[in-house]
Amino acid sequence: MKLTSSWALCLSIATSLAFVTTGQSQQISGAGATFPAPLYQRWGVEFNKVQPGIQVNYQSVGSGAGVKNFMQGVVDFGASDAAMTDDEIAKVSAGVVLIPATAGEIVYAYNLPGVIGLKLTREVMAGIYLGTVKKWNDPAIVKANPDLKLPNNPIQVAYRSDGSGTTYVFTQHLSEISDDFDDQVGTDKSVTFPVGVGGKGNEGVTALIKQSPGTIGYVEYGYAKDNGLSMASLQNKSGNFVAPDIASARDTLSNVPLPENLRIWPVDPEGANDYPIVSFTWLLLYKKYPNAEKLKALKEFVSWGLTAGQSFSESLGYVPLPQPVVEKAKAALDTVQ
Amino acid sequence: MSAPEKDIISPAGYRPAPDLFRILCQTASLLTVLMLGWIIYEILESAWPSIQKFGFDFMTTSAWVPNRERFGVLPFIIGTVASSLLAILLAFPLGVAIAIFLSENFLSASIRQTMRFVVEMLAAIPSVVYGLWGIFVIIPIVKAFGDWAVGSMGDFPLFSGPAYGNSLLTASVVLAIMILPTITAISRNALASVPKTLREGAYALGSTRWEAIFSVILPTAAPGIVAATILGLGRAMGETMAVAMLIGNSSRLSWSILSPSGTLAGLLANQFGEAQGLQVNSLMYAALILIGITLIVNLLGEAVLRHTQKQTAGIR
Repeated sequence: MKLTSSWALCLSIATSLAFVTTGQSQQISGAGATFPAPLYQRWGVEFNKVQPGIQVNYQSVGSGAGVKNFMQGVVDFGASDAAMTDDEIAKVSAGVVLIPATAGEIVYAYNLPGVIGLKLTREVMAGIYLGTVKKWNDPAIVKANPDLKLPNNPIQVAYRSDGSGTTYVFTQHLSEISDDFDDQVGTDKSVTFPVGVGGKGNEGVTALIKQSPGTIGYVEYGYAKDNGLSMASLQNKSGNFVAPDIASARDTLSNVPLPENLRIWPVDPEGANDYPIVSFTWLLLYKKYPNAEKLKALKEFVSWGLTAGQSFSESLGYVPLPQPVVEKAKAALDTVQ
Repeated sequence: MSAPEKDIISPAGYRPAPDLFRILCQTASLLTVLMLGWIIYEILESAWPSIQKFGFDFMTTSAWVPNRERFGVLPFIIGTVASSLLAILLAFPLGVAIAIFLSENFLSASIRQTMRFVVEMLAAIPSVVYGLWGIFVIIPIVKAFGDWAVGSMGDFPLFSGPAYGNSLLTASVVLAIMILPTITAISRNALASVPKTLREGAYALGSTRWEAIFSVILPTAAPGIVAATILGLGRAMGETMAVAMLIGNSSRLSWSILSPSGTLAGLLANQFGEAQGLQVNSLMYAALILIGITLIVNLLGEAVLRHTQKQTAGIR
């Protein structure tokens, strides 16, 4: 009885506190991609410490739903791993500004006890997901890794079963480097691979890899790093093998020529030391906001995220934006009225 | 004495007014029916473009390729039915055995009460927790079993290799545990409500305890046990999160229970968030099929229930 009443007291205090803060503060709501959600939510918390008057509420509903909500005007900003298509942009009467907010890199994570520093050529990268490279000691893998002792075991392939920006960026790269892959699988947020097991979310794929030796799968760098998975070095367009880390991804991103609308995928980056599979993820803003106070709060938040907020990226496994990209993103933010 | 009685009972004592309670109940039940109709209408409307485009082929083709706009849910229909049936196969003997144990006086009432509570607690565990538990506990066990099964019975199509951890079998084992409380609780109620006289009669005729259980008590409780099984089957078919985490979500058809498979509910959970255009319509179509399958199961269950009730009417 006593416990219940003290709970009730806590609850009433909490609700009254919530009312006090909401009464004074500016609320900004956003929705979209799940991949950058941990970062955006962290930004919301940290930004609230700097600017107690502004509360940012981000819901990770998925890129597709984020774009939908943004087009319907039910949120103040959207977020999407696939930016927005020209058709979608044309349907938003207030106009759209795309702001690259952070970036990710996708890695081939694998579980082969005793095998460290695996290198994958471009044909093997595609071959594994087409089911043509079936065993770990396939001649094509052995040729690129003469020093490694590779087992005569089948390669178990893991993929994302849910629709995701990660799959989109991953299949986009494989379709670019392999015509067979383009023909048989193609690019999308959810595709049907001819081989493998599907895990739900980055965490699902990570669990698949972690649990059975002989498994390889694609996940965001942060998940592979946090779970201590081995990551393969991938061959880039200029033929070099590049290990995935934040520095190599940043190199790639600084070499990307950003177009006017800031919407670009470095599908197959050309630099000698570029890591091949990287991608920006975007915040979607309207060109014009009717409410001046909301506009001011939103601009402050995004501008903080592009500068101070970038310092949280690395610890959460994201790639901090290179300086030239930040400059262009800020310039784009200034056009928002 | 007679005056107040007259006030209460006599028709003159009532004021002519609508029966509010009756109206309330009627509205509530009408709303429920309308709600179901509304849900089905909305799903049908969103599914319509896909129904028009694919028609009946949707249920008989096995391609699910969103980027080529080819959709067919045959593997998912098979996966849904197969995983639920396998789960029932595992859970039914176990659940009924527990129910018998809990309704007989093998142990003191307090211990049985505790056990019953523990079994029913299984129903309170959230689906996602079952999923996580399955990933860390069941998958390694099933994988080890699978490797052994492929080695010794690999020629048999159901156990053909290679064995995966995320497979139809894994999902079914976890589903079996999830539906165990449903089967146990309802079967136990059915067994406990078998008239005492029947049991005493059986003993009086000289039957042993086993004879009493298997030839008198179980047949009498059969309708309840059947109902329990159907409810369990329904729960298994609609189960989403745990299955999506464990079954491997593959749209390839395979005979082996050790291969990854997929269910309709899992497909919806996986792809709805990022779906666009015709994919949304097709997912709605898949939802409609799932509702259809569950409806058929319930109707079949109802039929079996009536049949067994008629059969056991004599001994009740």
